Amino acid sequence: MATQVTNEAVEKVIFDGLVEIGAEGEVTREATLESLDVDSLDLVELSQIIEDEFAVELDADAVKDVKTVGDVIDLVVARGA
Amino acid sequence: MTVPDGSAIVTGSARGIGAAIASSLAAAGWPVVVNYRGDAEGAAAVAEAIAGNGGRVVAVGADVTEPAQVDRMFKRAEQELGPVMVLVNNAGMRADGLAPQLSADDWQSVIDTNLSAAFHTTRRALRPMLRARFGRIVNVASIIGPRANAGQSNYAASKAGLIGLTKTVAVEVARRGITVNAVAPGLVATKLTEGIGDGLAEAIPARRLGTPEEVAACVRFLVSEEAAYVTGSVLTVDGGLSA
Repeated sequence: MATQVTNEAVEKVIFDGLVEIGAEGEVTREATLESLDVDSLDLVELSQIIEDEFAVELDADAVKDVKTVGDVIDLVVARGA
Repeated sequence: MTVPDGSAIVTGSARGIGAAIASSLAAAGWPVVVNYRGDAEGAAAVAEAIAGNGGRVVAVGADVTEPAQVDRMFKRAEQELGPVMVLVNNAGMRADGLAPQLSADDWQSVIDTNLSAAFHTTRRALRPMLRARFGRIVNVASIIGPRANAGQSNYAASKAGLIGLTKTVAVEVARRGITVNAVAPGLVATKLTEGIGDGLAEAIPARRLGTPEEVAACVRFLVSEEAAYVTGSVLTVDGGLSA
């Protein structure tokens, strides 16, 4: 069923997910979502990818303060722990 | 663009326009969920007819005003028929009365069933559609809403709201290959219009009531691959009544 939440697993799923949804430029932990051209609809889709993979739900409130890719990874790891 | 494998949910499809839509989508090749709230017998008959014509179908009881029941219905569709790529929000009711005499309950139940339920199902449907880069949502509105009809303030408000929901969600998800449209039937011969349609045919330019199948044909078009560039629109099906 759901994949075990580890830093490495979450990072891989999010990196792959960002590429899948068409992020612009190089995806790194430090990259901001804005610089990758990831908008609110993209974030909804990324949340769905995360939910499908880890069974961790991210609602609009949870992601409203995230800035970088690393922020999203940390949030998922914290919630999945 | 190719249409992915998946299924269609038609809410409130145990009879009337919903039943015609379910049959039409099944004939177009979509595995279909025939949803009902109270009329299990009607839904079973619709499902049997679809299966008899070689369609894949499952009848699912769910009160779509309840998000938890909506989720259960989607899960059954996903498990038995495949991911839901088509959603038709057809479930509707009326509880008429002049505004000063309309009870708060009759106001709320019509808003819940005709408007809020469409939001609950749409929200549940969209995330898988976003990932699939495909989706078709059709809301069955009415010519009442954009137009007045004395005695139907609740119904008119719900259907006008449904059109607002249609347009806004359409804009939000358009770049993911998902279309959201509405059909706006006029007077169609169903149980819902029983007793009110008979004397009104004279007022309709086409001089007759519409049929559920004529509404279903419009929905089938909006769901088709050919309608990929039609989104946020309202297709009026009323024999010229509101022209």
